Amino acid sequence: MQQRFTYLTVTLAGLAGWLTLAPVAPADEITRGEMLSVSCAGCHGTDGKSPGSIPSIAGKSADTIETALKEFRSGQRESTVMGRHAKGYTDEEIKLIAAYFGSVK
Amino acid sequence: MGTYSRRDFIKLIGAAGATSAVGWPLIAQAKRGHVVIIGGGFGGASCAKYLRKLDPGIKVTLVEREKEFVTCPFSNAVLGGLYDMGFITHSYDALRQRWDIKIVHDTAVAIDAAARKVKLAGGKTLKYDRLVVSPGIDIRWNALKGYDEAASELAPHAWQAGPQTVLLRKQLEAMKDGGVVVITSPANPYRCPPGPYERACMIAHYLKQKKPRSKVIILDAKDGFAKQGLFIDGWKQLYPGMIEWVKGTDGGMIDRVDAKTKTVYPTFGDPVKADVLNVVPPQSAGAIALKAGLANKDGWCPIDQKTFESTLHKDIYVLGDAAIAGKMPKSGYAASSQAKVCAAAIITSLRGANMPDPSYVNTCYSLVGPDYAISVAAVYRLQEGQISGVKGAGGVSPKDADPAFRRKEASYAVGWYKSISADIWG
Repeated sequence: MQQRFTYLTVTLAGLAGWLTLAPVAPADEITRGEMLSVSCAGCHGTDGKSPGSIPSIAGKSADTIETALKEFRSGQRESTVMGRHAKGYTDEEIKLIAAYFGSVK
Repeated sequence: MGTYSRRDFIKLIGAAGATSAVGWPLIAQAKRGHVVIIGGGFGGASCAKYLRKLDPGIKVTLVEREKEFVTCPFSNAVLGGLYDMGFITHSYDALRQRWDIKIVHDTAVAIDAAARKVKLAGGKTLKYDRLVVSPGIDIRWNALKGYDEAASELAPHAWQAGPQTVLLRKQLEAMKDGGVVVITSPANPYRCPPGPYERACMIAHYLKQKKPRSKVIILDAKDGFAKQGLFIDGWKQLYPGMIEWVKGTDGGMIDRVDAKTKTVYPTFGDPVKADVLNVVPPQSAGAIALKAGLANKDGWCPIDQKTFESTLHKDIYVLGDAAIAGKMPKSGYAASSQAKVCAAAIITSLRGANMPDPSYVNTCYSLVGPDYAISVAAVYRLQEGQISGVKGAGGVSPKDADPAFRRKEASYAVGWYKSISADIWG
């Protein structure tokens, strides 16, 4: 009995520690926005933070990203390759991507 | 090592409780499951990182033979003298330290799909909940008559980057001015469809500066190739008269090679004698995929194109060059994109949750010269079980682009490389 009591106590102590130290548990589903957006990271860097000559997406607002993607798609904004990419996404998908990168830290 | 039995798990809970918060991640990991990944290249390393990024509760063990990974992308630029080997060599430190992935430098020699175990050459056995097999390609020795492993020491393929890249570069450096470099290009499918033609560019770039009387001949099993029009324009502009492409039906199809005399024997026409012979040979999925019964009779692995789970073995996923992935090419970039979809599939399968609709991308640059690059891009969706390009999107660089556009793409090519290698090994 004594032993069990000790075990429970330390386990609860561990749980308390976990609650304060562990990263936030992931939501149960991977969102469509996340699924679409991770495919951008190959060129724009993990979380949209580019280490080289390709522009970063991180730090831009969702509105800025949405406008840019739509203008790339229409050709209103000049690009080398982004026009070819942006044509692959619907308005709804562009919104999801913009919302994702607009919120990453 | 690397795995926990249920009994060990119970013990660990006790240990975790007794050692406070430090033990907690172990419990979360055990709850989410253990994913073993074979192969630390574009597919495998991406999958490892994105599994951990999308779900820090998953325990990931990456099995990779080499201590450092040398990429095929930009290895042609090394052949051309633009970069050294260090530029294309990546360590596993970040995956180990930043992403808490267990890296085991060993070779997987057998998979027991029923018992969910992987046997390693070093004698260890890893138990998994889900297994990812991303072994890239292996050379089908002797599929081209005369081309075996010994021949590749005389006539390098350099289609798996590393010592083969160094060997081919040394041969180019040792060649006399006025020499002939012969590249043989195989029938589809093979790793990196535009690769042989970018290689011709990069070799010509080197020769133009150091040995301008030399030539590059491409003997092709095919009658056409990726980004063909753009490459041929680039050759005319940058390397007039230096690169000759012989298509399959014009005598490019080869019957056999003699590596000792560096001679190529086409199926018809005269033998072609090379000073440097670079054979891009027929390929198959990496050896472990064949050994484990994951490949079809052609040597490539059929998969569910939504999840990348093998259609031949449950709970085993095959990625990258080894897999039959619909319309996606066998490129490093495609492998990395597939890996992210596969990571989502594995995480949701372990959670019993729904997987979001997959989305896949490919972007490949080819360097024609240091300031002249061309690209191909595509966005893919799953359509009737097949990975298919979204209509109206993607395609190659414009044909009539000005030099400023080509220069910009050359700058983006380097940026692309820095981004994707950081996205995978960083």
